[in-house]
Amino acid sequence: MPEPSTAAVRPTPTGVIHDIGYQRYEGPRLGRRQVFGALYLHGLRTAFGFGRSAKAKIFPWLVVGIVTLVAVALAAVRSQIGEPVATYAQFADAMSWLVIFFVAVVAPELVSRDLRSGVLPLYFSRPLPRADYALAKLLALVTALWLLLGGPQLLMFLGAAFTTKQGMRGVWNELLDLLPGLLYAGLWAVVFASVGLLVASLTGKRAFAAGGVVAVFLMTTPIVGVLSILPSRAANELAGLASPSTLVQGVGIWSLGDLLVEGDPGEMMIGGFGPVYALAAVLLVAGATALLLARYRKVAS
Amino acid sequence: MTLIATQSLTKTYGGRVTALADLTVAVEPGIIGLVGANGAGKSTLIKILLGLIAPTSGQVSVLGIDPTADPAAVRNRVGYMPEHDCLPPDLSAAELVTHLGRMSGLPRTAARERASEALRHVGLYEERYRPVGGYSTGMKQRVKLAQALVHDPDLLLLDEPTNGLDPAGRDAMLALVHRIGTEFGISVLVCSHLLGEVERICDTLIAIDGGRLLRADNISAMTSATDVLAVEVSEGTEELAARLAELKLPVARDGRLLLVPLADDGTYDLILGAVAELDLPLHRLDQRRHRVAELFATRELTHA
Repeated sequence: MPEPSTAAVRPTPTGVIHDIGYQRYEGPRLGRRQVFGALYLHGLRTAFGFGRSAKAKIFPWLVVGIVTLVAVALAAVRSQIGEPVATYAQFADAMSWLVIFFVAVVAPELVSRDLRSGVLPLYFSRPLPRADYALAKLLALVTALWLLLGGPQLLMFLGAAFTTKQGMRGVWNELLDLLPGLLYAGLWAVVFASVGLLVASLTGKRAFAAGGVVAVFLMTTPIVGVLSILPSRAANELAGLASPSTLVQGVGIWSLGDLLVEGDPGEMMIGGFGPVYALAAVLLVAGATALLLARYRKVAS
Repeated sequence: MTLIATQSLTKTYGGRVTALADLTVAVEPGIIGLVGANGAGKSTLIKILLGLIAPTSGQVSVLGIDPTADPAAVRNRVGYMPEHDCLPPDLSAAELVTHLGRMSGLPRTAARERASEALRHVGLYEERYRPVGGYSTGMKQRVKLAQALVHDPDLLLLDEPTNGLDPAGRDAMLALVHRIGTEFGISVLVCSHLLGEVERICDTLIAIDGGRLLRADNISAMTSATDVLAVEVSEGTEELAARLAELKLPVARDGRLLLVPLADDGTYDLILGAVAELDLPLHRLDQRRHRVAELFATRELTHA
């Protein structure tokens, strides 16, 4: 209850504003690098729903749960039958659908939400350059995806390392298998994050963004299917370029060879076009990142 | 030190729409009101001051720094409260302001402390842990102000801070802005399309119209030195006017109101005495300033 005496003295009804002295800030102000790091960590936490509502945690952790379960199952089966069911790279391939859905949920969470709520002017009126905002978000998504695939791979490795019958040598061999697998997971992460974040940054509506991400990754697979049954060997071998998932697999087949396909090349044939796949992947990532930066040069100014 | 200085500042969009035309102005630290109708170029000027958009031609300096050359240095020392809704509904005010404090370069703990402080200064207490989506317009405006304040800027740029507020909310917001400008030692540029609103709290007033400068001056230079008492009686206005004239008070009529220049506290007694003598029902007796609007009245006519 306001006291009558103060109410009479005050010229305007200041209501709930209490008089507590203002303190100027004399402490340190961090530079661009630390602010970038703070935004990156914030993005990474957001990707897994930390610091967000319980609802925002459901989907990311559902996906994390599934991939972890699969990894544990693979490790368990392997320890029983004594030989690997799937290599680390094959595991990453097999999980690609889940990665797509993870991107479709997390990328809009990272960028579309900020577009929707109009919070970007609050970022851009601070010292942080616009490009830093976009790159920090991109890096956060790349890291999240890499953790999503790399974490379970590490679990598989631990399972194999503890059950190996060849001692330290077995662990060493397993490690040599794991490292290319982690790199391959990194490739998945970079390609899917750059394309997914670009698509999500085009709209503030989360449902549209999620749909757009799924569309880009899944609607392109029929094109690959059509190209791969054309009566032309070159067209068949280049078919994988048409979709991000098969593009990544193509690079994997070229660089990892039997770590990914094990003797039987299966349905995926790239012939001698391996370097073309690698170049296409680099161009795709660079192009998507450039477009993302261009998008953030314009938006909310 | 000059707070904000512009020299022939011009901004055209696409070569056709002129948002600012040849604006030259220099203001000293304090509370500065930037008034003009919607579309007068207020928001454009603020965005140029922040280095968010580049002027087509002309020079600008904020706190002695050129925002077109070094926007980061300007933004380090400036807090900005946008006009439009800019708060994510699912975050709490405390989380949002802390995060934005970190984006301004505050270390983690400092950001958290200063966020609580800033929210307390704008009058948000326990509510600050609730999601912003459930806030009233007045509370949202306060959060927007708190995030502009969190990194302890030297200058606040407030774009229509009273937008969407009810009269009591407007008064509270203006009192808060006034307090920031006077007690916190932070200069404020407050932008509004309501002249009557900002003139109450400003030291300096910049009026723009159609991107051109109407007038920029110290508010005391704009308003006459003396304040005015407005008297309203339910009946017998004529008698009272005559009686006051007898008392050698220069009375002016304004509709049902009698306006009497306030010389000193004695003026109150004279008026009250006259009203009591004539036994008239006094409706109100309040002090008011000369409205700056009167100064623009003739200029606005030439534009109409």
